[in-house]
Amino acid sequence: MKFLSSRRRHPLAGLLVVLLGLIAVGASYSAFRPAVADDTRDDTELIAEGRELYVVGCASCHGLNAEGIVTKRGDNYGPPLIGVGAAAVDFQVGTGRMPAQRPDTQIPDKHPAYGDEEVSALAAYIASLGPGPAIPAEEYYDVTDATEEEIVRGGQLYLTNCAACHNYAGSGGALPEGRYAPPVRGVEPRYIYEAMLTGPQQMPVFSDEVLTPEDKHDVIAYIDSLDTQANYGGSNLGSLGPVGEGMWAWLVGIGSLVLAAVWIANNGARAGKSKS
Amino acid sequence: MSTTTSKASVGRGGQKGQKPNPVAWLDERTGLAALSKKQLRKVFPDHWSFMLGEIALWSFVILLLTGVFLSLWFKPSMTEVEYLGSYANLRGLHMSEAYASTLEISFDVRGGLLMRQMHHWSANLFIASMMIHMLRVFFTGAFRKPREINWLIGLGLLQLGIIEGFAGYSLPDDLLSGIGLRIAEGIMLSIPVVGTYITFFVFGGEFPGDDFIPRLYTVHVLLIPGILVALISAHMLLLVYHKHTQWPGPGRTNNNVVGYPLMPVYMAKAGGFFFIVFGVTALMGGLMQINPIWLYGPYNPSQVTADSQPDWYMGWLDGGLRIMPAWETTAFGFTLSWNVFVPAVVLMGLLFTVLAVYPFIERWITGDTREHHLLDRPRNQPTRTAFGVAGMTAFGVLWIAAGNDVIGPMFNLSIYAITWFCRIGLFVLPVLAFIITRRWCLSLQRHDREVLLHGYETGVIVRSPEGAYSEIHAPINPVSAYNLTTHERRSPLELPPREDANGVRAPQPGKERVRARLSRFWYGDDVDKPTAEELEEAHHHAAEHGQLDGGRHVGIETGGHVGGDDFDLEQAPNR
Repeated sequence: MKFLSSRRRHPLAGLLVVLLGLIAVGASYSAFRPAVADDTRDDTELIAEGRELYVVGCASCHGLNAEGIVTKRGDNYGPPLIGVGAAAVDFQVGTGRMPAQRPDTQIPDKHPAYGDEEVSALAAYIASLGPGPAIPAEEYYDVTDATEEEIVRGGQLYLTNCAACHNYAGSGGALPEGRYAPPVRGVEPRYIYEAMLTGPQQMPVFSDEVLTPEDKHDVIAYIDSLDTQANYGGSNLGSLGPVGEGMWAWLVGIGSLVLAAVWIANNGARAGKSKS
Repeated sequence: MSTTTSKASVGRGGQKGQKPNPVAWLDERTGLAALSKKQLRKVFPDHWSFMLGEIALWSFVILLLTGVFLSLWFKPSMTEVEYLGSYANLRGLHMSEAYASTLEISFDVRGGLLMRQMHHWSANLFIASMMIHMLRVFFTGAFRKPREINWLIGLGLLQLGIIEGFAGYSLPDDLLSGIGLRIAEGIMLSIPVVGTYITFFVFGGEFPGDDFIPRLYTVHVLLIPGILVALISAHMLLLVYHKHTQWPGPGRTNNNVVGYPLMPVYMAKAGGFFFIVFGVTALMGGLMQINPIWLYGPYNPSQVTADSQPDWYMGWLDGGLRIMPAWETTAFGFTLSWNVFVPAVVLMGLLFTVLAVYPFIERWITGDTREHHLLDRPRNQPTRTAFGVAGMTAFGVLWIAAGNDVIGPMFNLSIYAITWFCRIGLFVLPVLAFIITRRWCLSLQRHDREVLLHGYETGVIVRSPEGAYSEIHAPINPVSAYNLTTHERRSPLELPPREDANGVRAPQPGKERVRARLSRFWYGDDVDKPTAEELEEAHHHAAEHGQLDGGRHVGIETGGHVGGDDFDLEQAPNR
């Protein structure tokens, strides 16, 4: 005690006591604070905020209570959203696909109309309407420390399940009736995960029974590895397959060689003099 | 070689006190001098379109060079191995040795990927250049007597080149190879009666089996290249024997060749062109990725990828498959797959048969059995040109069909819309192209006639003292006039009169009548070049009216200046 008592008149002693007091008060507040009640209130607020945004931005197609609107022909003007889950909202609105500019065979992605907070409010509102897939936690799609085995496994899963539509290099592909599978390269891992989980637009749902969360993680790790690896052998020319390669063979190869032939034939011994 | 020549050469080398001349040394032992003396002075005419076949030749040389390099590492084996090479995304996977060794070439052999890509690009260029060379020969009529055999050899080269390319595409045993082979298997299966037997014979059992890659390898590196080398040699020997065709012009006749000798001019030009072709191929191989097999992964029958397409030269076949309606007939428990048989087997047979017999058909229709060493301008053979363009159009439609999965998303089009466009277009567009091209050629003929009769439009407008405006037409220079009039006057075959002067009925076999009708179709609409009298008359007429000579008064025909503009009449109408 001699150590403390001898320094009780130290210039910083008072400051230390005040600091200790503040820490004690803060710690006991956080320990006894009514945490649960506060959270619920936040969710309710979020849902209410989401509903407000929904009514303004989405209800014209999906109905005032997200029940969907059916056209006279029996098609969906906007499909019902009850039970699609927060993940679907996060994907559709977060990638800018929704709100759509017009009804179309397929709604393209564009610059998102809503900020992150608004997206989570909308997601909370839709999730409150019925049970559906939630927005995945980051640990599911975080592939920064994926191992080589996971990437190789993901590659085989990708080629088996995804490449048929999204192409071997993830550059997208054609579907019937003017629809298409969009490119998956350079897409945020969270959105790839949500797309597999919810099956947006033309895409089938790859539920957790079909592709386990671990499978999904590996697929994302493979796509991510394509983004980080070098373009071996030069420009990938858009990764469009042999049709693209054939076009460049004609344009660049035959084009330049025919020009060279013209140049060679027009130059050389007494060129130009004998021209008729 | 005659005895006298041998004696002379021995005597030359035997002189004492003379330095041994390496050329003489070689000649004494091979007797090449006499042959070379003639062949090195061989004359070739100068025109860019005569060098298209050369692109094919040099591409073939590059294919041989890079192919030998690749064969040092490629293992044509279906043995299952675990990949432990440099490419991390596939490490630990089980695959065929063929695919693993292709990965090794791509990632673990120094310069291997460059060589692989050069090999693939030059294969694409090889067939593309053969095709444009063939189009040049077709549209200029260079297939006519005495070159029909060389046309057939060239066609054989094109077909073998396509098969060779497909074999190479299939060898690495990647996903795309497997998908391509599966289609090839389907095409073989669609042949009635013998299809199954052929498939089992080729694959050594069920698809894919373990035998096919080693077999294909032998075909790809030995059998077809051997035949290609033999046919290329024959093609070029015949070229030397026939001498090269040339464009008509002053001093150029059916009996001579005007140009430059092989040594030194064409030695330098052709040799230089080899390096240009090699350079372009190396640049493409180094800068542009082709067939990234590491992304396709090893062949696995449960996998498929979007943009599974053949290389461009098989595109027309694949296009036919893509647009063919799903027609099948089942008879006596057997299925006839028209949906595969018609576009693949029938279409391929049709194209190559038409190409093979065309020279003989044209010869029969026109009744022209003479030798031709002067080329036709395409406009002076409107019907042939129109047929050629119609064929190109059909080929192009099939190309579009094969690229529907790229064209669709690229231009926001529905694949079904493209399919229907191609289905209808395959029959309608060639007919349209035929009519338009033929009309176009006839109009160009008419234009040539106009220019010969009334001179060309100088663009100089003069005002007469009365105030009337007119454009001065000036006569074209004699060289251009020669070039426009040098082709022969063509007239359709006429049937002999049905009855001669004595009232005896001449026989008119149906074949001859068909031939006369076809001949009328072939040449009947041609706008002939003006006759000498017509030309005389036109010039006389022009002189009277001051049209053709009108320019003289403002001093343009002497090559002077009009209004300060450099306006050289001698140069302008250089046709």
